Amino acid sequence: MRETLRSVGIDLGTSTTQLIFSRLTVENTASPYAVPRMEIRDREILYRSPVHFTPLVNADTLDAGAIGQLLTEEYRRAGIDPADVDTGAVIITGETARKENARAVLEAVSHLAGQFVVATAGPALESVLAARGAGADRCARDGGTSVLHLDIGGGTTNLAFFDREGQLRETGCLNVGGRLVKVDQARRVTYVSPVLRGLPAPSVGETVTAASLQPLVTALAETLEEACGLRPATDRLARLITDRTVTLAEPPELLSFSGGVADLIEADRQDDFAFGDLGVLLGRAIRRSRLWTVPHRLGRETIRATVVGAGSYATELSGSTVYYRGIDFPLQDLPSVRLEQGDLENGETLSRAVAGQWALLDQTGPAALSLEGWSAPTFVQVSGLARALAAALEPRLGPEMPLVVVTEQDMAKALGQALGALLPRRPLLCLDGLHVPAGGYLDVAAPVGGGAAVPVVVKTLAFS
Amino acid sequence: MDKQELKNLVAQLLREMDDAPESGPHPADASAEPLPDLGALDLRTAYFVENPADGAAFLRLKKKTPARLGLGRAGTRYKTLSLLRFRADHAAAQDSVFSLVDPGFYRDHDLPFVQTLCKDKDEYLTRPDLGRRFGPEAQQTIRSVCGSNPRVLLVIGDGLSSNAVTANALDCAAAIRQGLQLHGIELGKTLFIQYARVGASDHIGELTGAELVCMLVGERPGLVTSESMSAYITYRPRPGIPESKRTVVSNIHRQGTPAVEAGAHIADLIGRMLEQKASGIDLR
Repeated sequence: MRETLRSVGIDLGTSTTQLIFSRLTVENTASPYAVPRMEIRDREILYRSPVHFTPLVNADTLDAGAIGQLLTEEYRRAGIDPADVDTGAVIITGETARKENARAVLEAVSHLAGQFVVATAGPALESVLAARGAGADRCARDGGTSVLHLDIGGGTTNLAFFDREGQLRETGCLNVGGRLVKVDQARRVTYVSPVLRGLPAPSVGETVTAASLQPLVTALAETLEEACGLRPATDRLARLITDRTVTLAEPPELLSFSGGVADLIEADRQDDFAFGDLGVLLGRAIRRSRLWTVPHRLGRETIRATVVGAGSYATELSGSTVYYRGIDFPLQDLPSVRLEQGDLENGETLSRAVAGQWALLDQTGPAALSLEGWSAPTFVQVSGLARALAAALEPRLGPEMPLVVVTEQDMAKALGQALGALLPRRPLLCLDGLHVPAGGYLDVAAPVGGGAAVPVVVKTLAFS
Repeated sequence: MDKQELKNLVAQLLREMDDAPESGPHPADASAEPLPDLGALDLRTAYFVENPADGAAFLRLKKKTPARLGLGRAGTRYKTLSLLRFRADHAAAQDSVFSLVDPGFYRDHDLPFVQTLCKDKDEYLTRPDLGRRFGPEAQQTIRSVCGSNPRVLLVIGDGLSSNAVTANALDCAAAIRQGLQLHGIELGKTLFIQYARVGASDHIGELTGAELVCMLVGERPGLVTSESMSAYITYRPRPGIPESKRTVVSNIHRQGTPAVEAGAHIADLIGRMLEQKASGIDLR
C-alpha cells in the first residue's frame, strides 16, 4: 500500500522568497499480519524555485501583488496546479512577519497555494523546520551526537537543539542576520534595523567599508558564540533575543549551519557587499570566530533549509489507528486545549480542567483537546475517559461542531469508538501518536491508507 | 548441580547484579533476603560489556531492540546473569505453553467453557488435529450458547500461551464488542475454548452457521514476551477452508499493539469483512 502526497513549501523570508514542491510517499511499514503502521517513507523534492528577493513596497510593507505574481509564475514553471497540491505550509519568517500587511498577504498566499496548505509563522516552528530541512536532527540521530543548529537568515538566526537521539530539546531565536543593514551601490547605508540599537551600528546615509562595519559583525558573531555556550552570556545576547534562546543544559557536541549567511561562511566573496548587506562580512566573521573552531557542519540544505523544511517536514502522520465520523476534511486552525495526566484521574478533575482550559480560548469554533493518555490502557480506563470527555465537552460544542481529541499514546481508535457509542450524532475525530502542545494549532487533511491515518500539521499561528 | 555449586552461582549472580545498572540494594546475607527477580531487569536498558569504547552509544542502539546484545562474556561463554536470564525467559515461555488458563478467568467473566477433543496438554501439543474438533457434549454447548446462523461469533482460545490470553483477551474482547455496536452488530456470549487450535473456528462455523468467527488466541511464546496474542478472523469458516482465507492481527500485547486499540481495529476490520463477504487474501 503506497500513496503519494504532493506537498508545497513556501518561505516568505526577510530577504528572500522561495518555493519548493515535494512528493511525500506514504507507506504501510507493518507486516500484513499486524495492525497497520503508516509512515512517510520518502520525501523527494520535485521542484526548487530560484531564490527571489522578497518584494517590498517599502521597508514596512510587503508587495502583495508582486508576491502573488511570483508564486503563480512558479506554479506555472513547475507545471503544478494548486488544486493538485495535497498539503504543505506557507511560512512567514523573521522580520517579514512584522510587516504591516503580513497577515493579509499570508492569507492570500495560502489560498493561492492549494486547499490544504497551512499558513504559519513563529520562531519555534521556523527553527524546527529549518533544522529538519538542513538534516540536523538526522545528523544527531545517526551520529549519536547532540547538535545545535543555527539557521542564519536575513533578519534572524533560528536555533534548534537536538539531543543524541535526534529529539528536539529546545528552540530559540535571535535578531542576528545578514540584512539588518542594507547598503546601495555606493556603499551608502539605506536601512538599519531597529534591533541593532545599542550595538556599533552605522546610521542611514553613512558611507561604510568592511573595516567600519567590523565592530558590528564581530559583535553579532560573538552574540552567536554566547548563544552556543562558547562565551559567557552578556546583556548583548539578552537584547538580541526575540522571544527566547536555548538554555543548553549540556553543551552541544556539534554545531550545524544553514540559512543564506551559512553559504557565505566558507565560500567567501571578493566583493564585501556582494548582496548589498552584511551577509558577506557576517559570514567571514563567523569563520574567524569560535563557532568555526569547534566541530561543525554545513546543512544538507543551506539557503533553502527553511523552505525545504516547510515543504517536506511540516506535514506528519497521525498514528495508524484513528477514528473519525462525520468530519468534513480538511480541518484548519484548530486551537489546542491541553489536559495534564493528573486531570484524567476522574470525571470531576477532568471536567474542571476542561472548563478552565476552554475559558482560555478566544473563539467559539471547534478546538482540539490534547492529552498524553496511557500506554496499554484497560477497557475500563478508556470507557471511563470517554464518559468524562463526553460529559465535559458535549455542552460546550455547538450543533454540528466536531469533537476532536488527540492523544500521544496508542489509544485513539478505542477512545473514538467509545465516544461514538456515547454521542451517536456528534461529528468525531480521535487521533493518536501526536503531541500538540498548549497553545499549539492543528490542521488535519483527509485520511490516507484507506482511512488508517491522517496527515496533520502541528503549528503555531502566524498572528495572535 | 550440587548444593555448593548452586550456592556459588547465586553468590556470583548477586555480585554481578550489584555491578549492573538498576539493580536493587545488595543484601548482606543472601540466605535471609529474597533473591532479586531476574525477569524484572529490562534488558533494553542494560549493557554488560566491560570497559566499552562507547557504552552510551550501545545503549542507544539497545533501546530499539529486545534482542540479547551486548551481554559481555566470560572467556568463550555467557556471563552467569545472561545465562540465568535466558533460562528464566525460556522457563516463562514453557510455563505459558504448559499451564492452563485459570478457571477463574472464564468463570468470573461469564465465558461459557468448552474443550476440544484433547484430553490434556500433552495431547494438545502432540495432536493438532484434535485441537480443531469438539466432542458431542462440547458441540451441544456451542450450539446452545451461540444459536444458529449468528453474524459474528467472538471466541477466546488458550492456544499456546495462557499468559497471553489472561493478559489481553478481556480488554480486547470488550473493545471489539463496543466497536461492533457502532456497526449495528450485537455480540452474544463469548466462548472460552480450552486446548484450542485456530482451526477450531472452522468446526464452530460448521456447527452454528456463523457468517464470521473471530478467535482471540495465545501465540506461541518467544523469549521476549509470553503475552503476545493474535486474532484469527475467518469469513464463512468450515472444516477444510484454506489458511489463506483467514485474516490475522498479531502481536497484541503491552509492547506491541495494546489490547484495547487492537480490539477497536479488529471491530472495523470485521465490519469491512462483512461488507465484502471475504477474509484473508480475498479481503481488499
